[in-house]
Amino acid sequence: MSEEIRHEWPLFEVFVRAKRGLNHVHVGSLRAADHEMALHHARDLYTRRNEGVSIWVVRSDDVVSSGPADKDAFFAPSGDKVYRHPTYYAIPDSVPHI
Amino acid sequence: MSFDDDAYGALTDHDDDARWAYGTGFADPLAGVPTAVPGDLDRACLAAYCLMLGDDALVMSHRLQQWVTRAPELEDELAIANIGLDLLGQARLLLGRAGEVEGAGRDEDALAYLRDAGEFRNVRLAERGDADFAHLVARLLVFSCWRLPLLDRLTASRDPVLAAIGAKGVKEVTYHREYAAQWVVRLGDGTDDSHRRMRAAIDAVWPAVGELFETHQVEARLAAAGVAVDPALLRPEFDEAMSQVLAAATLSKPMDATEAGPSGRDGAHGPELGEILAEMQELARAMPGGVW
Amino acid sequence: MSDLAAPSAGERVFAETIAKDQRVEPRDWMPDGYRKTMIRQIAQHAHSEIIGMQPEGAWITRAPTLRRKAILLAKVQDEAGHGLYLYSAAETLGADRGDLTRRLIEGRQKYSSIFNYPTPTFADVGVIGWLVDGAAICNQVPLCRSSFGPYARAMIRICKEESFHQRQGYELLMTMMRGTPEQRAMVQEATNRWWWPSLMMFGPPDADSPNSAQSMAWKIKRHSNDELRQRFVDMSVPQAEALGVTLPDPELRWNAERGQHDFGEIDWVEFKKVIAGGGPLNEQRIAHRRRADEEGAWVREAAAAHAAKQAAAAHAAKQAAANQAAANTAAARPAAAERAAGRAEGRA
Repeated sequence: MSEEIRHEWPLFEVFVRAKRGLNHVHVGSLRAADHEMALHHARDLYTRRNEGVSIWVVRSDDVVSSGPADKDAFFAPSGDKVYRHPTYYAIPDSVPHI
Repeated sequence: MSFDDDAYGALTDHDDDARWAYGTGFADPLAGVPTAVPGDLDRACLAAYCLMLGDDALVMSHRLQQWVTRAPELEDELAIANIGLDLLGQARLLLGRAGEVEGAGRDEDALAYLRDAGEFRNVRLAERGDADFAHLVARLLVFSCWRLPLLDRLTASRDPVLAAIGAKGVKEVTYHREYAAQWVVRLGDGTDDSHRRMRAAIDAVWPAVGELFETHQVEARLAAAGVAVDPALLRPEFDEAMSQVLAAATLSKPMDATEAGPSGRDGAHGPELGEILAEMQELARAMPGGVW
Repeated sequence: MSDLAAPSAGERVFAETIAKDQRVEPRDWMPDGYRKTMIRQIAQHAHSEIIGMQPEGAWITRAPTLRRKAILLAKVQDEAGHGLYLYSAAETLGADRGDLTRRLIEGRQKYSSIFNYPTPTFADVGVIGWLVDGAAICNQVPLCRSSFGPYARAMIRICKEESFHQRQGYELLMTMMRGTPEQRAMVQEATNRWWWPSLMMFGPPDADSPNSAQSMAWKIKRHSNDELRQRFVDMSVPQAEALGVTLPDPELRWNAERGQHDFGEIDWVEFKKVIAGGGPLNEQRIAHRRRADEEGAWVREAAAAHAAKQAAAAHAAKQAAANQAAANTAAARPAAAERAAGRAEGRA
């Protein structure tokens, strides 16, 4: 069994804001030696067909995430608060601009 | 199993376009730019100047294309291809302008594929081969530190097309210079081995620097007419940028020692350009009349 | 090792996710077999993209017009990008790109054998775009609904970019077919060489495909090899007609009863030979990748060393600043204590 070769460069997660007014969205990851390289590479890899407005790179090690087991406690309370959604309210079509 | 006739109709069940950072189509950088040549200018002279800047970009791009599938890391494949594409784009615009101004019916392809080495007007820096990645980034750094202020000043050219090309090119070459500079610093101040290689690469490229700042008579005439950039004026900016990068890379600047001989600007080139053109032009010349 | 009594919560959620056609995400529980299969499939897909840069990459410097040169350079660049999206998806499962690259170079992981064929003419560039990318698209569109989230999302992105790839290839061929007789012959000859290998891209017949059943159950794979191959043939026949080339299969004909095209038997002996490493350029493709990887090692090390130096310097600077701040605070304290003592004395 040959030894595992570990990559020399750490993994970075990439977030891109494609247009003004939108959020940054996670688009994937890449390998880079440092933050400057990560930004350059992210620009080359994820914004090739458009001028992405803004890029964030974060070392994958620094990303803290909720676990799937936490799902119920974290997320369920928002699931039953349907009154947050506009479609919950039945308003006659005849009422304009709403 | 059902597919739409257009396979991509089957793709998304959510409208994802806002998520992905790419758009549709590209703006033509010369859209709306007047193409008339200012009446007082010598057209042959202007065409020659466009060829100089165009050949620099075309030949440099060729060297970068040769690195595709050989880059030190996959992310660098994208970066190198990106720089190659930018320079190829600049070459196409410049060669196109040269043909237009010359008025002899030669387009970008006729100029790229049917001229012999003696008719190419690139500086010799562009045609040099790269023994390793350190040589590539050294050459790219020098090229970009020279070309960036050149394109920047070109934005003030009385030829509207050159001005537009300059404006587009500045954004691109800013990025190229940064890429090269970061690598020169990483390699210069990395391991002992990389420091040695980077030292050797800078020493190898330095003799080609002098030619970049020698004012050719075409450049002198057109600079006086407010159309071209006198390259001699670029030296201080070049030196400043190079000094900063080399210092950060823990490398000393080599002594200036320009290699002797006639200039690439006059069509005098080494065997390297012959090899480049043999590769580039072979198919096009073998099938004249072919449509591609 | 699963508990044979009751399924765990993780197993239940996994089964439900698959059943509902939803996505499994990296931190979800998943069977070991699923994780391993996913890593291998994604990695081999990634390797294919990277090795796939070589056959067409060879034509960039020799492209006969500047426009074709730019298009080809952009296409090959995209392929590097696709490889990267896929390696990134594999890494969400705990794989390491350096390790995966090592496996490719040592022959322990495969790549699509279509890339072991040579590209002797520029028409090959067009035919690869038309047929090879066309077959890849047929394979990949269904994978956009693959059960593993990062893989499905990578596939969506790849498919959108791939549309440019197929169209540029087909457009080149259309242009050449309107050119000289020599060009038309070149297109037909390239088609003759690439048609059967393209059909082989869909893998062995369903009956001979042992891993398929589990992959289908886990919704990693959404359609069978034969289904996709049939679809590809049906799409390509009218495209060939529009181009004016003949597909090199005398048994290819429309079957009105089935509503599909009948086609001839694939040479599975050649298929197995190429898969096993006996293709025309297997060795060269891997050797090229190995050389690039080896020659790049000193560069990657240097970048890592530089980053470490920068991090150490930043840490030292931070430490020095903290020490200075602490020293300033300590120096300030005795003076404050004196003043307080003075006030106390004054009151006493």
